[in-house]
Amino acid sequence: MIYNIPYFAVIALILIGLYAILFRRNLIKIVIGITLIESGVNLFLITLGYREGSTAPIYTLSPGGIMSMPVPQALTLTSIVIGVAVLALMLSFIIHIYRHYKTLDVRKIGGDD
Amino acid sequence: MNIMDHLPALVVAVPLLGAFLTPLVGKVNDKLRNIFVIFIAGLTCALVFLLANQVFTDPDGIITYVFGADTEDTLKSIAEQGNPLVRILFEVDGLSAFMAIIGSLLPLVAVIYSWSFMKEHTGLDKYYTLILLMTAGMLGMMLTGDLFNFFVFLEITSIASAALIAFYTDKGKAMVAGFKYIVISSIGALFILLAIAIFYAQYDALNIAVIANNIQYGFLDKIALVLLIAALGMKSAFAPMHMWLPDAYGRAPASVTFVLIGTTLASLYGVLRVCFTLYGKNLAATGSNLGSLNLTPGFLLGALLVVLAIITIFVGVFMALKQVDLKRMIAYVAVAEIGYMLLAFSAVLISLYGGTSPNTEVVSQTALKGGLFHIFNDALDIGLLFLVAGAIYYATKETSLNKLGGLARNMKYTTIFFLIGLFAASGMPPMNGFASKILIYESTYQVNPILSVIAILCSILILAVFVKVFHSVFLGPEHVSLKNVKEVPKIMLLSMAIISGIIIFFGLFPDVVVNNLISPAAEALTNNKIYISSILGVI
Amino acid sequence: MIDWNSFVKIFDTGAGFWSPIIWLIVILFALLIVYIIRSYGQKSYKKGTEQTKPFLSGNPEGDRESSHVKSSNLYWGFMESMRLIYKFLSNIHTGNVSDYVLWFVVIMGIFFIVIMGVN
Repeated sequence: MIYNIPYFAVIALILIGLYAILFRRNLIKIVIGITLIESGVNLFLITLGYREGSTAPIYTLSPGGIMSMPVPQALTLTSIVIGVAVLALMLSFIIHIYRHYKTLDVRKIGGDD
Repeated sequence: MNIMDHLPALVVAVPLLGAFLTPLVGKVNDKLRNIFVIFIAGLTCALVFLLANQVFTDPDGIITYVFGADTEDTLKSIAEQGNPLVRILFEVDGLSAFMAIIGSLLPLVAVIYSWSFMKEHTGLDKYYTLILLMTAGMLGMMLTGDLFNFFVFLEITSIASAALIAFYTDKGKAMVAGFKYIVISSIGALFILLAIAIFYAQYDALNIAVIANNIQYGFLDKIALVLLIAALGMKSAFAPMHMWLPDAYGRAPASVTFVLIGTTLASLYGVLRVCFTLYGKNLAATGSNLGSLNLTPGFLLGALLVVLAIITIFVGVFMALKQVDLKRMIAYVAVAEIGYMLLAFSAVLISLYGGTSPNTEVVSQTALKGGLFHIFNDALDIGLLFLVAGAIYYATKETSLNKLGGLARNMKYTTIFFLIGLFAASGMPPMNGFASKILIYESTYQVNPILSVIAILCSILILAVFVKVFHSVFLGPEHVSLKNVKEVPKIMLLSMAIISGIIIFFGLFPDVVVNNLISPAAEALTNNKIYISSILGVI
Repeated sequence: MIDWNSFVKIFDTGAGFWSPIIWLIVILFALLIVYIIRSYGQKSYKKGTEQTKPFLSGNPEGDRESSHVKSSNLYWGFMESMRLIYKFLSNIHTGNVSDYVLWFVVIMGIFFIVIMGVN
């Protein structure tokens, strides 16, 4: 049972992130919600690779014993880098939006239809 | 090194290299940079045509390319010795080649158009770099055979697109549209990554062919199906998740919108891959019975998607009638056209996997061909309309329909191109819109007559929308403020003429296109055994 | 002789056929008949005089630019009769990015219930 706690943490992170995106009005809080969802998905990827009693998969001449799976760790590294780039882009958009609209309220920047 | 052996990698590598060389070339001279970008886009188009030729003349109809090792040796070692597949593959079948033709033609015309459309703007080095990056990402999405690679290319495309949508940094509206686009794309891509992680957890593989071979329809697979279809559907603007599309398409520059159409269609390609190739045989699994209907998973999915398609067509057409801004109106019509494509594909799902009617083969093949043909036609028609809207903005600097009028006196060629786009988008003969829409009407009629009736009525409403635009922009008396409007430069007319020529050719000779381009794609989609067996050997 | 089928380029849809070349020939024929009928019309009129001005029951003709129907008023009848639908649609399209994600979560929820509820 104790090995399932990371999966509960993943579900909690994704739900809190979705709550922040759906019900918060400040643009920066929406971006923080996206970052929370990304952290949840990365945690899920890393937890999938864990094997009980294993060491880190970084040895060329292994000291014995099993190692946890390296493929999800590579996927997580890619995802973290993509997340950093997207976060930087979103924050630079928010700086420009604040310069034009002088507000960070997501209801006021809605625009026309 | 033989170029013909390495075509799938070159198709993605050439725009990528060109994108990073463009700022260096731009430091030398501006015109040289424009010519360099047109050369790279043209070279990509030529490579894609060579690749499509290779795929269509191959006896199996599929080409596999392994990155980092020799293709023949890798496939042989998998088939004979059962080695696990740890390399990234590109697997190009008929559908991928067809979508890659669209995905390489659109940026070429956009780059030719933006020679004179973007001439007075600064920051053009970054603009051309980002358009070539979008091309590379779009083509990578369409050619790859690996799920995580699809996710990476999806993120590349959405980051490059978001920066280009916000190109007009002096106006606040474009920045808001770019922000909304990147938020929506990022959330969709994260849920796709969650589904990919679920697949990896179950099957220890990321390759589409390996997963499609081993997939069962358990609890986790159902969760993954829902996540993938919902997230890819949001990126393809199925209603009611379509609301980012009018903001993004309407506030971006016209040549950027032209390439954005291609990226939206690449996400629709992702939906097709997931439904037909990944889950192929599981959608026919027996389900419970509801009266005389056999509730297979394919039928349930098809029924849900049909409801979404009808809502998409209605919302797109009704909101388009209300708009005052020209590009936003065309964007809502683009939403309705995506509804037509989804209608065709969900009719295929219903008739293939839940069918009790006698001629399911004919109906499903016709609907599939109609949907795939409509993908190409919609990209051309809506693209031409966006190019015309960009030309009107370039000539008059106005976007609101209330302030325009009587432009047919000064802009004769633009009027002709708008007329061609009008007839094509609303499905009037003899243009290509009619050829694909009649396939959709006739096949969805056999699934349920009401679907076909709704589709025809909303086509007439699309005609009403564009007649309104034609009357208020081109006909009518001359406005005093618009007296000095001149015709747009010849390069923009050339790019619109290329698209119009293809539209008229597809309209007059639809059987040439359907037999040579669409039939291999439809065959590859309904029969996923070839896709699996070209990697894993005969099963 | 000419192979009639390959010239006409018949495009086989599921339940019939569509041939653009035959359609073009028929339309050209119909336009020819229209032109012949038009040429039986009245040819004797003087251009530029009172005979070519529009007739508004004797009222003076107003300024051309101000009598042009603006595009947002063009389909007033249709939009007035569908006023409830348009009010509903306008209230949904708020422009708020949280609402866009809310629709995504709602559709994902509906998909979950339908696909996993039916066994």
